[in-house]
Amino acid sequence: MSAGKSFWEMDELRIVTGSMVILSCATALLVVMPYMLLKAVPPPAALKPYDDEQLLGRQSYIANGCVYCHSQQPRDIRQAPDATRGWGRASVAGDYAYDTPHLLGTMRTGPDLMNIGARQPSKDWQLGHLYQPRAYTPGSIMPPYPYLFEVRQGAARPGETVVNLPPAFAKAGEVVVAKPQALALVAYLLSLDRTYPALAPLPAAGKDTP
Amino acid sequence: MDFTVSMLLATFLLSIAALFVFIWSLSNGLFGDGTAAATEIFAPNELGRVEDPAATAAQKGGLQQAMAPGEEADHRMAAIDAEARARADQSTSLVVGVSLTLAVVWLVLASLAGLISSIKLHAPDWWVQYEWLTFGRIRPIHLNMVAYGWCSLAGVGVAIWLIPRLLKTELVGAKYALIGGALWSVGVFAGTVAIAMGYSDGLEWLEYPWQIDILLVIGGAMVGVPLWLTLLQRKVKHLYVSVWYIAAGLLWFPILFLIANWPDLHFGVQQATMNWWFGHNVLGLWFTPIGLAASYYFIPKVLGKPIHSYNLSLLGFWSLAFFYSQVGGHHLIGGPVPSWLVTISIVQSMMMVIPVFAVAVNQHMTVVGNFRALIYSPTLRFIVLGAMMYTAASVQGSLEALRAVNTVTHFTHYTVAHAHLGLYGFFSMVMFGSIYFIMPRVMNWEWPYPKLISLHFWLVLIGFAIYFIWLSIGGWLQGLAMLDEQTPFMQSVALTLPYLQARSIGGGLMTLGHLVFAGHFFAMGWKFGPSRLGAALLGAPVLGRISGQKAAA
Repeated sequence: MSAGKSFWEMDELRIVTGSMVILSCATALLVVMPYMLLKAVPPPAALKPYDDEQLLGRQSYIANGCVYCHSQQPRDIRQAPDATRGWGRASVAGDYAYDTPHLLGTMRTGPDLMNIGARQPSKDWQLGHLYQPRAYTPGSIMPPYPYLFEVRQGAARPGETVVNLPPAFAKAGEVVVAKPQALALVAYLLSLDRTYPALAPLPAAGKDTP
Repeated sequence: MDFTVSMLLATFLLSIAALFVFIWSLSNGLFGDGTAAATEIFAPNELGRVEDPAATAAQKGGLQQAMAPGEEADHRMAAIDAEARARADQSTSLVVGVSLTLAVVWLVLASLAGLISSIKLHAPDWWVQYEWLTFGRIRPIHLNMVAYGWCSLAGVGVAIWLIPRLLKTELVGAKYALIGGALWSVGVFAGTVAIAMGYSDGLEWLEYPWQIDILLVIGGAMVGVPLWLTLLQRKVKHLYVSVWYIAAGLLWFPILFLIANWPDLHFGVQQATMNWWFGHNVLGLWFTPIGLAASYYFIPKVLGKPIHSYNLSLLGFWSLAFFYSQVGGHHLIGGPVPSWLVTISIVQSMMMVIPVFAVAVNQHMTVVGNFRALIYSPTLRFIVLGAMMYTAASVQGSLEALRAVNTVTHFTHYTVAHAHLGLYGFFSMVMFGSIYFIMPRVMNWEWPYPKLISLHFWLVLIGFAIYFIWLSIGGWLQGLAMLDEQTPFMQSVALTLPYLQARSIGGGLMTLGHLVFAGHFFAMGWKFGPSRLGAALLGAPVLGRISGQKAAA
């Protein structure tokens, strides 16, 4: 340490204090204040918590990295035509009340999935699409997930869910059976429905409310 | 409404106050003694002497001629200084050697994972039977291996090697860094396996499960210990700017990583803002400081002339710390977050031009007039190019934060190309150059095949140019297509295919370059090739061939 300098002129001290003060500012701005603001946001009445199977499916959505190609945050119609594409209204914080970890996403290699359950409510379609996306969407670059299914010769056993593929993709004498993970993932996808209004109806028609 | 107004007002007042503190500290000379601090990395009489251990004898001659034509060898260091430097270099050789070796292994694995991900995007039915190879797993495996395997371990290795040189003393406490690096590496390995098996936390940049994150927090804190112990022993009066960057980076990372991974603390949209607070700070407060520390050391050191302006470099340091740490919100433009938060982040993103130009002007003014040196110095070629790409990536990043631009580029491959300009074009290039400089000092052995350095350079440069240019164009067109409500969504997918294929070709060349680099690295490690012992070491091998494996703690 250099001699002849006062305590505050020591470079080491300036580095430590300065860098910590600056990091605190950023953390206050981007972590603590959103925490305080959003902790109090109540879940919308129309939004249901996920059930056990849907939560399992959400885990599968995370494990298989769906978030790297699909966002869950439609933007306002004034910014982008997300609503016109049927992806839904601009999302609000309350829509994510049960979403931990968050799955907002940063990429739209595929479409936004915030309301996929409302847009494509067919379980058959969802299962078949996971098995082979190009059977339903020509030109899709989504990977198929064969490991979520079991392909067998002969018939399905009782209680099993058979995937009904389009005729061009179904092979004779072969059944495609959905594994529990696939069923859970589809249950989660079908639960994605935030088509209720973003704002709860006002208790009384307040005249001075803008 | 009141909250928003008071928030913006508070931010405004804080910025004004910070400005005054800054002016005050400038006028009180708190920025150090300028020139004296800038020459702190040189030994007495060393100014004017070039240094590049990666250069061949002929290249060294050319380099010295380019810098000081006609002058020969009157910049010889005093024997005592040369010996001190050799001791300083040897005190880090074990920990740096281990760290860089691990980094190179991760680089090769990460490149392969990246290439597989890239191909999968245009060949979706390729290699789909294994869960761990699905795009949604191999892509985060690639990102995490790059960030925490290659970049972090290379950064740690380079930073630790620089410490004794910057403080003119031997490294103290190398064992803490060795233990820390070992914990860190175990963490990266375990995290990779966890993602492959589907145990991901689901947040980008934060996929490793929190149990594994403990290893990275403790390991990351421990690699910083030798810095603080060595600082207590320092023999220099001034702290060179590289020390500021390294010290701050080593402090910031463990804190960022700890807060970001704290289990059951973050929720919903708050977690999204936290995610991008971390995601951008890991770049701005971890990789960037290390990359800048290295370029601030090696550019003047190779050229044998001090950095243009020491004060400018410290202005760059503080403004980078302040502005960069608050830009994360620009990843959520149009998202379900308060607009004041997004606006502040956009403003700070634009303010980033201050530190970026401080660095760009400073480093350019140091190199200007000596660009011929790039022909002769392999180290400089990588690092100067990397420094230029830092400017490019940063300016591009500031522009991308603007709402009008972001509306097009957000959610597209354009962002992916931009991310690679920063972490590859800038950071990885600077690391390549640094490793070429450092390893001959670590091994007391020259690079056996200098031509392979050129091959590496051109492969990754051409590969990356293809990668970046085509993916940027494809991403921009993708964004325009998505914004046009008349265009079906599938068209935005179809039009990217040729660009994605071009990216695979570029990525393939980059991977090939990395294999050349790794092959050369290990050939040197096993002392293959023509025997060219450390004769280049400061004129004469001062300490002889002492194995130097023991860090003098």
